Amino acid sequence: MKIVKKNLNYIIIGSVAFIMMILGIVGLPLSITELLEKIAIAIILAVSLNMVVGFLGELSLGHAGFMCIGAYMGGKLAALLSSSLGGTNILTVILALIVGGLCAGICGFIVGLPALRLRGDYLAIVTLAFGEIVKNIVENSDFFGGQTGLKSPQFIKNRFILFTIGFLVVLLTIFVIQNIIKSKHGRAITAIRDNEIAAKATGINVTKYKLMGFVVSAVFAGLAGALYSFTCSNIQAITFDYNYSIEILVIVVLGGMTVNGSIISATLITALNTILQTKLGGSFAVAKDLIYALILILVVIYKNAPALKDFREKYNLGNLWRKIFKHKNDPSTVRDDATRWDVVPTKISMDEVLSTEIIVDNTGDNSADIGERGGNK
Amino acid sequence: MAKLFDKIKSFVDKKILKNTHKRENIQSDFVLETRGLGISFGGLKAAQNVNLRIKKNEIYGLIGPNGAGKTTVFNLLTGVYQPTEGAFYLNGEDLTALPQDKINHKGIARTFQNIRLFNNMTVIRNVMVGLANQPEYNCSLFESIFRLPRHFKVEKAMRQRAKEILRIFDLEDERNNLACNLPYGKQRKLEIARALATNPKLLLLDEPAAGMNPNETEDLVNTIKTIRDNFDMTILLIEHDMKFVSGLCDEITVLNFGTVLAEGDTKTALNNPDVIKAYIGG
Amino acid sequence: MEFLNTFINGLSVGGVYAMIALGYTMVYGIAKMLNFAHGDIIMVGAYLIVLFLPINPIVAIIAAIILCAILGIFIEKIAYKPLRGASPLAVLITAIGVSYLLQSLAQIIAGPNTYYPDPLSKLFPEFMGEPTYGIITIGSFSIKLSTLITLICVAIVMTALTLFVKYTRTGRAMVAVSEDKGAAQLMGINVNHIIMITFAIGSALAALASILTTFDASKVSTTMGSLPGIKAFAAAVIGGIGSIPGAMLGGIILGLVECFAQAVPAIAPYTVTIEFSLLIIMLLVKPTGILGKKRREKV
Repeated sequence: MKIVKKNLNYIIIGSVAFIMMILGIVGLPLSITELLEKIAIAIILAVSLNMVVGFLGELSLGHAGFMCIGAYMGGKLAALLSSSLGGTNILTVILALIVGGLCAGICGFIVGLPALRLRGDYLAIVTLAFGEIVKNIVENSDFFGGQTGLKSPQFIKNRFILFTIGFLVVLLTIFVIQNIIKSKHGRAITAIRDNEIAAKATGINVTKYKLMGFVVSAVFAGLAGALYSFTCSNIQAITFDYNYSIEILVIVVLGGMTVNGSIISATLITALNTILQTKLGGSFAVAKDLIYALILILVVIYKNAPALKDFREKYNLGNLWRKIFKHKNDPSTVRDDATRWDVVPTKISMDEVLSTEIIVDNTGDNSADIGERGGNK
Repeated sequence: MAKLFDKIKSFVDKKILKNTHKRENIQSDFVLETRGLGISFGGLKAAQNVNLRIKKNEIYGLIGPNGAGKTTVFNLLTGVYQPTEGAFYLNGEDLTALPQDKINHKGIARTFQNIRLFNNMTVIRNVMVGLANQPEYNCSLFESIFRLPRHFKVEKAMRQRAKEILRIFDLEDERNNLACNLPYGKQRKLEIARALATNPKLLLLDEPAAGMNPNETEDLVNTIKTIRDNFDMTILLIEHDMKFVSGLCDEITVLNFGTVLAEGDTKTALNNPDVIKAYIGG
Repeated sequence: MEFLNTFINGLSVGGVYAMIALGYTMVYGIAKMLNFAHGDIIMVGAYLIVLFLPINPIVAIIAAIILCAILGIFIEKIAYKPLRGASPLAVLITAIGVSYLLQSLAQIIAGPNTYYPDPLSKLFPEFMGEPTYGIITIGSFSIKLSTLITLICVAIVMTALTLFVKYTRTGRAMVAVSEDKGAAQLMGINVNHIIMITFAIGSALAALASILTTFDASKVSTTMGSLPGIKAFAAAVIGGIGSIPGAMLGGIILGLVECFAQAVPAIAPYTVTIEFSLLIIMLLVKPTGILGKKRREKV
């Protein structure tokens, strides 16, 4: 029983994927297979971004940039292999996934190494810049098709194979990230999130672990991109803009910055988005954005406003759950690695003060401990 | 990969951080020896010419009025700040200007004046974070991801060891609580437990009795003595409470305005007229 | 000549960036948050111009500035104030929500049309006539009227703002709040009031920036604020976030880089790459930005 409970998320996702695959062999309408692919991609992106935001406590605003690299690298490889292996051959897909993931991971390393040495919002700024750079380079390079976009082989026949592969990658993502978090490496990562200074004093190589978390996250974003490249015949750089990164971030935040929360919110939001868009169409699609924005603001204020703290503690779902199921609050069942996002101390603390002076740095100490800069928390 | 990483890091250390201190080991009979250790921030000399000599198994006090530079000395010894002058040696090994995590691996662990725990993790995990760097609990990322036997073995051993450490501090029953939910006194203890878990040779305690009532303080004195005896530990502590210091420390150094005012065994140093003047004024 | 033209263009583009960057920097310095809705204030300002232009260009400009300032205060009161003291990430996500909200509201109200308002031709119809069409020529040197106005506006605003922060009571209170909110409160400064004023000034500057962009008869659309917003943010970081002269310098550097990059055909498509690479390189070399202050963390 305990094993089932521990691995519930794998079991649910695995069984859903299996049922869908059976249905897919029988024949599913294209709209549903497309939706399933979208959901798979969203889950991979959300779970991998949660590694950075939820567990590492850093903010990344360029997750779509890594996905872009994965999509273009994977898509280009598939296009090159289409003459020899066949563009939608399973081997091609696997190779494209590997190449896409690796390239994104390497870029993650290059971007993360300098940015993660600094405390504060630097990662957010650098990833933001990185996302724009990637988009700009890709849409102007002839190798990747330039402004017209990259032609990549699309699954048309046997479309169910694609979402099956997608869900296998989803399972892999959850498996890897969950296992990292539930190990000594994950403990080091969450320790850095909770208190970086104490983590250093406890002998944790902060840069190494931050980089580890960031690169893993980038690799999976690359995988998601490579998967995406098979869902469409033409990859457009504009897809991977800043707003897309933000969308993933919103999914993660609404999911409560846990692995399972990210999965649920990725599924729900993607499904809702797609269904509303196709069913309502036109003018209502605009209203959808408005509602989405309002919900986002209200949820965040409700969950975080210091003034509403008492109210939240009195009336929350957890209490209701406990009341209904007479569930005792036994200390041994306390979930550790609590990643409640209202407690995650994301470091918006470059903490420069407003000044009108032009500062000449003549302090003369060469220690230049840029790793230590940051504000008093 | 790891090698490449180290290479890049050392390049950054040398070229960007301008970390140019040349380390030379010395012969030393002391666990910790500092030679002319000092740091200045711009013109301000926060600590200057600090010479500590701490023998094995000693409880050594570092005292002084507010702003005397005690915590600065701790920050120098743990690599938070890079000294601008002098050097320090742990059992004769020069650790000056190493990064903080390396200094911890070499055997200096510390606690903080304002408690810094991993608040959203359980008590036992706080201690397990400290254990993670010891060679016997080595387990690569690959082994962890794919749940190879080594992972389970190491996790089990770490949990066992963490429980043992928590038992010494009477925290075993609290092990599954979140660290932020502990009462103040227990948080202080947990911080010491976490520092001990890194298996240090020298333990630095920054005002361990701050904010404690007399009962808790007495309890703490006993705990610190137990730590010294059970773990074969050398302890350097900062404290304001003179009763606490005179009851616990074998030797002390008194700092004022970043310079050493007096040193030696506790009684003589405390009765030094300069020290009395610095504390009482006049 | 070519060089001088590009240089002056760069100054005026950079001046606009600097104005937006000032909003980021001031809000960051005082409220310690990245106000991602700031770019969308630009968009709102441009739409207000479209709305009021038929009445009178001067009315339109004043209305845009005042209404944007009020909008800034309103956003702060509704969305950010309840979260004061909450985790920075929560505030950031709310800012993103506000940005979405503004964009979708604009889309609903204004519809999918794009507008090309041209307040300048209504303000100075005599200059805008054929054949020179807004280009002033002095000797062999010629300059666009919009560029000239932008340069003058930017110079005035920056001087005024610097003087305001340095010499007025409110301005000094702003610096105090940014230095230490708690201490400022103890000194009798109304922190909420100061934060409100900061948002008002920042938003008014954003509105002014949007007005200056519409002088070039550029397109007004719901997403027009995003890219200048991000670029201005980059400028604020390059100059040193929190530093007012830093934001000005950063904006102008970015504007110059942009115009010179666009003047060279070979690298023109990669302008965005060059600008953001500059940001990353800056962070590597001097993480606090050119004029940023270095602070030490207390352990």
